[in-house]
Amino acid sequence: MSNIPPAPDQSVESSTREPSSAPEQVGHRSAGSAQTPTVASLRRLLPYARPALPSLAASTVVAIVATLCGLSFPLVIAWIIDGPIARRNLSQLWGPALLLVVLGVTEAALFWLRRVLATRPTMRVEATMRADLYERLQRLPVSFHDRWPAGQLMSRAVSDLSTIRRFLVFGVVFLVVNLVTFIVGVGILLFLSVKLGLIVAALAIPLVLLSFQYESRYQILARRSQDQVGDLATVVEESVLGVRILKAFGRSAHLGRTFRTQAGELRDTEMSKAKVVSVLWAVIIALPEIALGVALILGIRDVAAGSLSAGALVAFFGTAMGLRWPIDSIGWLLAIANDTAAASERYFEVMDSPLTVVSPDSPTAAAPSRGHLVMSDVRFAFADARPRLGRPAELLRGIDLELQPGETVAVVGATGSGKTTLTSLINRLYDVTGGSIRLDGVDIRELDLATLRESVSVAFEEPTLFSASVRENVLLGSPDGSDEDVRAALDVAQADFVDDLPWGLDTRIGEQGLSLSGGQRQRLALARAVVGRPAVLVMDDPLSALDIHTEAQVERALRSVLSSTTALLVAHRASTVMLADRVALLEDGRITATGTHSELMATVPAYRDLLASREDQVAGVRRLEDGVHA
Amino acid sequence: MTAVPNAPDTHSDDSWRGVAAEDNNDISDAVGIKLQDRSRRLLRSLVRPHRRLVALATVVVIVSELAFLVGPLIVAYGIDSAVPALTRGDGGPLTFTAIGYLGAGVLNALSKAVFVRLSARISQAVMLDLRGRVFDHSQALSLSFHEKYTSGRVIARMTSDLDTLSDLTEQGLDGLVSGVLSVFAISVALLFLDLPLGLIALIAFLPIMLLTRWFQGTSRTIYRRTRTAIASLIVQFTETMNGLRAVLTFRREARNEAIFAQFNAENAQANGDGMMALAKYTPAVRMVGNLTLTAVMIVGAVQVINGGLAIGVLAAFLLYVRRMYDPLDELAMFYNSYQSAAAALEKLSGLLEEVPSVPEPTDPIPLPHVVGRVTFESVQFSYNRQVEVLPTFDLDMPAGQTLAVVGATGAGKSTLAKLLARFYDPTVGRVLLDQVDISRLSTADLRRGVVMVTQESFLFSGSVADNIALGNPAATRAEVEAAADAIGAGTFIRSLPEGFDTDVRKRGGRLSAGQRQLVGFARAFLADPAVLILDEATASLDIPSERAVQAALRTVLHNRTAVIIAHRLSTVAIADRVLVMDHGRILEDGAPAELISGGGRFAGLHSAWQESLV
Repeated sequence: MSNIPPAPDQSVESSTREPSSAPEQVGHRSAGSAQTPTVASLRRLLPYARPALPSLAASTVVAIVATLCGLSFPLVIAWIIDGPIARRNLSQLWGPALLLVVLGVTEAALFWLRRVLATRPTMRVEATMRADLYERLQRLPVSFHDRWPAGQLMSRAVSDLSTIRRFLVFGVVFLVVNLVTFIVGVGILLFLSVKLGLIVAALAIPLVLLSFQYESRYQILARRSQDQVGDLATVVEESVLGVRILKAFGRSAHLGRTFRTQAGELRDTEMSKAKVVSVLWAVIIALPEIALGVALILGIRDVAAGSLSAGALVAFFGTAMGLRWPIDSIGWLLAIANDTAAASERYFEVMDSPLTVVSPDSPTAAAPSRGHLVMSDVRFAFADARPRLGRPAELLRGIDLELQPGETVAVVGATGSGKTTLTSLINRLYDVTGGSIRLDGVDIRELDLATLRESVSVAFEEPTLFSASVRENVLLGSPDGSDEDVRAALDVAQADFVDDLPWGLDTRIGEQGLSLSGGQRQRLALARAVVGRPAVLVMDDPLSALDIHTEAQVERALRSVLSSTTALLVAHRASTVMLADRVALLEDGRITATGTHSELMATVPAYRDLLASREDQVAGVRRLEDGVHA
Repeated sequence: MTAVPNAPDTHSDDSWRGVAAEDNNDISDAVGIKLQDRSRRLLRSLVRPHRRLVALATVVVIVSELAFLVGPLIVAYGIDSAVPALTRGDGGPLTFTAIGYLGAGVLNALSKAVFVRLSARISQAVMLDLRGRVFDHSQALSLSFHEKYTSGRVIARMTSDLDTLSDLTEQGLDGLVSGVLSVFAISVALLFLDLPLGLIALIAFLPIMLLTRWFQGTSRTIYRRTRTAIASLIVQFTETMNGLRAVLTFRREARNEAIFAQFNAENAQANGDGMMALAKYTPAVRMVGNLTLTAVMIVGAVQVINGGLAIGVLAAFLLYVRRMYDPLDELAMFYNSYQSAAAALEKLSGLLEEVPSVPEPTDPIPLPHVVGRVTFESVQFSYNRQVEVLPTFDLDMPAGQTLAVVGATGAGKSTLAKLLARFYDPTVGRVLLDQVDISRLSTADLRRGVVMVTQESFLFSGSVADNIALGNPAATRAEVEAAADAIGAGTFIRSLPEGFDTDVRKRGGRLSAGQRQLVGFARAFLADPAVLILDEATASLDIPSERAVQAALRTVLHNRTAVIIAHRLSTVAIADRVLVMDHGRILEDGAPAELISGGGRFAGLHSAWQESLV
């Protein structure tokens, strides 16, 4: 059976990935491997939580005072029962009654204050963590994004972070508050009756033991559940982005089955979680009830024997009832602490992934770029590529190519020969794994990354437009450009269709705006690449989606740009190759021939084979002509 | 920024239908009620299949609550009866108290455990059902919907909104049932213990109801905002990650961060506002409870002093009132989760309400064997009433014909193809396959008959073989490899690190555009349809690959109907018939040789093409 997409367990094994960011860690599998202890994972949140800590501390103190108000309720009631009521004296009632009103209003006011104190600071923590994640993801290398499923990244940015925020706003506060409540409550119980109080205090021991045992089981499930949520998000995203393909083949139901299987797995995990929780809850409820039952029996005997007042017994039970929530909440708090630990682990998996493509510490100050581009012995292998049959796994095996300032070189090679990869090395979307690329004599890894990418502009084969105006899309790399610059670039790309758009340059395009045809998108991407008059222009088959007529027009206009710019041009067609001063043939990971188009056509059979399917054209034309004669 | 086409018209009567009200957080009461009705209908339909389990869970939780509630009664019995009995030397009531209290405690614990499992089973089943429904529905919705609604928002609906609902079912159900039950049971117990005191305790519900009304109104608007904010955030996130190469190349990071920061702040603000509303609501409820307790205490004390009330009853009363307000807190929290989930449910029910504009027929006409005759019968197409894309035309293709459609960008070639693939339905007229209207065919029959390969070559995560097998999931591995070989893709696939099992990585990032297109071709050949539509399917191929594909096409298209749209006339060489289109009109129609000798547009194109082949 084919599976699209496969569950992560079925994903291709590979030995050479860095362990810190390998997809295996993204999937469920890590759940079974060694766990980071909950406390350690939670501690990592500390730097982010720090700005909120004063407010959280204040919030905790307020909550403790509120709880003390609540706990003193039964004491005042005991006072009323043993005082005014026992003495049948109504006039003594009003003092304690007023105290009850004060306590009641204070408790409520403090409840309000507790939330008000904690809300905005913890929201800011969540927002900061999300902004940092987004920033990090934009700085992580393309090779990282190749490996990580989109849904896993999104589930981290959305649901994991809200789990963390909820823990900060409730979990941390109540962990402290409930502990304090329990200790104070037990203190009061001991004060009311040492014997009965000890019975309740003894509860703590089995509860703590049980909680530890439970934690280890729950933690695994918490992590698995979050990973499965991420996997589901990945299928969802692919189902939406690939909806045209799914519709074209009527395979929505097929992917739907995969989705249901994964959703079913998530349900199973959630059910396992519920099972673990249910056992914990049963014990957490039963243990206090048993302790209280025993206390009740002993208490009644004491009251009968006269060693305990009826008011004290009522107060004892009133207080013990007040301790119910702190005890019951252990289960809930443990659960969210574990969920949060897993969320934190997942968050830092991304944040800890190494930034491999970065600016050097002290970049070489670049003179205004002339565009002298030299590739020497450039090698590249994908991180997960394996050596096969004793041959190295390199896709590029020592490219030597020099582009003089202003020169246009076309790269020609068979499908999959690494042309596109070569283009992504020049502005460091990937870094070379061997050799070097020099721009004006400086290794591009010595240049400031932003400066490099300013000097090197790329027109991708598959154009990406953002949800923004035409103007913003064209001026993406040079936001200071004027409307004249945009117009000039649009002219080069023959993108006059822009004038027919409802709002001209201001028309919003991209996914959240007007949708454009493939040819229109490609022309805008081309305009974007040429707009800043970059020193080096890299174009990956930039005219593939254009019809012959438009292509010819664009080629004419491009010539003026290319005359003054160093350009590397990936080409599939003779017509595009004609734009170049020189052609380089990429074969087997190396440049095997360079020269003009006609030279290579005349002397290199492999080149001829790639570009001029003469006999095929002849055959095609002959067929047409046959038709004429028939 | 205002140039979003097809912006929902919020003034018309139907402005709330489907997803139209989605970006509007502050909506009128009348519309609000309609949205709530719609959400409740959805919720009911989700829960209905599980009513038995729900009934069982309700019984269990009642048992659990009763066992819990009987506690104070036993304490009261212990103080009022066991103490005097013990003074008399009678230990019986004490034993009864002990057994009763411990028994109730254990029963409470056990029934709670059972309830937790039952409620998880129900809520998980509901979530599974809802996830599946939303998934299927989003797939059933037509492309015109997807183009308008954006992928990020569908993703937000299916992830964040569903998560919110799952939060509710996880945390809320139990709070709701036990909260309602204990409030109800305690009220009864209070009235039964002492009527005047009980009435005092229950008067408190009046202010609580008013508070709840206020909270409902406030939080609803706020939570709508949270849903909109998180959706915008997800849209931005998705767009960035999917266009990452362009983001890096054109240094859009800072601008992206600014946009993201804005949505992030809106999201934090909306969520914070929700928390602040809750910060007012729950303490207010708490305060009402505390004041009620004080009132009960004072009135009770007066009654006890006047001899109208036993002290044990007062004690029980006070314990009950405390127990009543704890669950009220829980209820307030539940209500909060509910309000948040309701906002999500509103959006989800809206998505589910969207009617696919290209629906599956309810009573499909079976077409087990497709021969491949294609007929466009007085077809006219326009996206909206103003802009006519294809004026009325007729076209008849006998089975087995290979038709090439040529013309400039925007001539309507792709629209013609999309009508045949039924991505859209014609505005007027019918498209027939073997004389059957394709809108009357089931998806399964239609896709067995007609398959379209486009320039867009989206790959799903998984292996190369998985992606080819999408064309026919039932195919064996040998068939998958044969399909790849047939179009000349076998060689490059076998040279990948793990051959057909190589992971194509996210969006097929491991392969070049040309390779992805070849995989798309192999997929189409494996699907083996009677009618094959190729819309610029060879644009990214290099010449040898294109040649291989064309060689394959000659055999593959034998006995197959085909519509080929191509900029490059080399593909046209294998056509039996050529259609030249311009501005939606068919200008020329005939065998290629006829058209070339006819000296029309195609003849011109053909000679230009020959010149380009230097």
